[in-house]
Amino acid sequence: MAWVNAIIQGVLTGGLYALFACGLSLMFGVMKVVNLAHGDLAVVAGYVAIGVIAVTHIPVLWSFLIVVPVMALLGYVLQRTIIQSALDRSVLTTLIVTFGLSVVIENGLLQFFTANSRAIGTGLALVSGSFRLGSHIQIGYLLVVVFAVAVVVLLGLQYFLSASKYGRLIRAVADDKEAAQLAGADYRHVFGIAAALAFGTVALAGIAYGMYSQLSPTTGTDTILLFAFAAVVIGGLGSLWGTLLGGVVLGVAQQIGAQINISDEVLAGYIVFLAVLVLRPQGLITRRAQS
Amino acid sequence: MSLAAETTARPAEEFRVTRSRRNVAWTGAAALIVVVVLALFPYYVNSGTTSIMVQAFTVLTMASMWNLLAGYAGLVSVGQQAFVGLGAYFVLILALHGTSPFAALPVAAIGCGVVALPLWWLVSRLRSGYFAIATWVLAATIMLIIEKFSSIGGGTGMPLPGLSGFSPALLTAYTYWAGLAVTVLALAAIYLLLRGRLGLVLTAIRDDEVAARSSGARVGLARLLVFVVAGAGCGAAGAVLAISQLQVQPGAVFSVQWTAEMAFATIIGGLGTIEGPILGTVVYMVLQQTLASYNAWYLIILGLVAILVALFARRGLWGLVDEHLNVRLFPVGFWLRITGTAGRSGAMKAD
Repeated sequence: MAWVNAIIQGVLTGGLYALFACGLSLMFGVMKVVNLAHGDLAVVAGYVAIGVIAVTHIPVLWSFLIVVPVMALLGYVLQRTIIQSALDRSVLTTLIVTFGLSVVIENGLLQFFTANSRAIGTGLALVSGSFRLGSHIQIGYLLVVVFAVAVVVLLGLQYFLSASKYGRLIRAVADDKEAAQLAGADYRHVFGIAAALAFGTVALAGIAYGMYSQLSPTTGTDTILLFAFAAVVIGGLGSLWGTLLGGVVLGVAQQIGAQINISDEVLAGYIVFLAVLVLRPQGLITRRAQS
Repeated sequence: MSLAAETTARPAEEFRVTRSRRNVAWTGAAALIVVVVLALFPYYVNSGTTSIMVQAFTVLTMASMWNLLAGYAGLVSVGQQAFVGLGAYFVLILALHGTSPFAALPVAAIGCGVVALPLWWLVSRLRSGYFAIATWVLAATIMLIIEKFSSIGGGTGMPLPGLSGFSPALLTAYTYWAGLAVTVLALAAIYLLLRGRLGLVLTAIRDDEVAARSSGARVGLARLLVFVVAGAGCGAAGAVLAISQLQVQPGAVFSVQWTAEMAFATIIGGLGTIEGPILGTVVYMVLQQTLASYNAWYLIILGLVAILVALFARRGLWGLVDEHLNVRLFPVGFWLRITGTAGRSGAMKAD
């Protein structure tokens, strides 16, 4: 029964990892930018949410309505300024600049908010509550909600990219930005929109993680970025549903690892990641869908 | 008359392809003098200064290796801390078995070079940005595996044995010379590699990878070689680190901060030149020493400067020096010099 429980918990945390990963995947799919500051920006979103809640005393769930648009706007602005000017130079420059951002953000948080980890304290029944299946399986409401949110976000992204006018524009620019530019699309603006979408999902992921666990300045790299990346590679680069599958596989691997030895949770996930890299480098789902 | 005809009309001896505009022997002699002066440091400066110098040597070694990876082979690794940590642990393991840490240092470097082979096999499947994060995951994985062995300190690490036989002054001096030797060997190895076939292949890849491949350049092999050399170099730096800190802690030696430092020093100094990391290390050490009492501020400032340099002065500080003075301390490129009587004497650079 403990194993069944581990697998259920793993699948549900997989939803959280997919939420981490879809922004990374989207930015790479559209702009060919691998944003190394991805995880740190999620932590920033979490810290902003903590600050907003502390100052305004609004209910926790309302903080999403403030933080997600703010982060999306930040995404647009960052993309239009430094990420775009790095892209104009070379791919190598984008890596240097986003890695620089990552280190600056992480150490800035460390400097101003100390290394202490903090949770998005809620007191909501949703966050702390759980329901039981039988006598051994206990499922937290929060993880179920996060999983549902991840599926909704992925469905929404999929629909947006395949059916909406802006989605078509994004796919056109991702395929060939010069050709799209000639046809009248301002690819820089489209890149900005894609970055805003990605940063919105990053904000969701950061706040969700802050409610589920605890955020500290190093969470951004050693948990969010690396897990997001592992989920993307396991699932298959460039496939949104693959990202969800990758997140689930990573989550299940971690929970099974934790079942064997509590300290092996993270390692088990990475070993599955390396195994996929060796045995099936194209990922579990081969690329299609977006971009 | 067409340019081609004019060119062919000239006698062949009017052209000369050289490595440098000035005599290399002079810079060679100057480098030798610098090394000798540095080697004499333990005799006339205090141990505080030498320990700062040891830190500078490790940063310079790591930065030069990162420069070889990113600046010449186009491989942005964010996981070089894997090799720094492994180098430190090689020294620790050998010291626990009775080897002197100083004798263990070269073994650690070679060991890291060997370990780099299977790691390359894993990460070389991914390109550019994904390669960067994959190396990062690898470094995290290696740390988690090492933390499982309680005989080498588990998650908390342990002090490095085998150094209690040295008097403090002798230990400081030996550590300093070890650091200096590693740095000089690392720079010499990179210089010689880049002057040889590998340098040509890497230049060809940088200019146009597809063209290089189709002309028969063994791109994969060149990158593998760079990854192995960089692994060995960072391993040697990690070994020096373990000896100078007298202890090995997994969280400290496998910290991504090492890669941040080596990358920022390289970018600020000038990516893709051997001189760049040297200048960058000087900037790094000055910032780190002046801001030492302000915790993480030096990394924040270094990161911001690196971002600005990457965006607005892509060739770094050395690029600015080179633009104005036209010098190369370590000439690895070629100059085409026209020495003819036609009065057009000038030089074209290709590096």
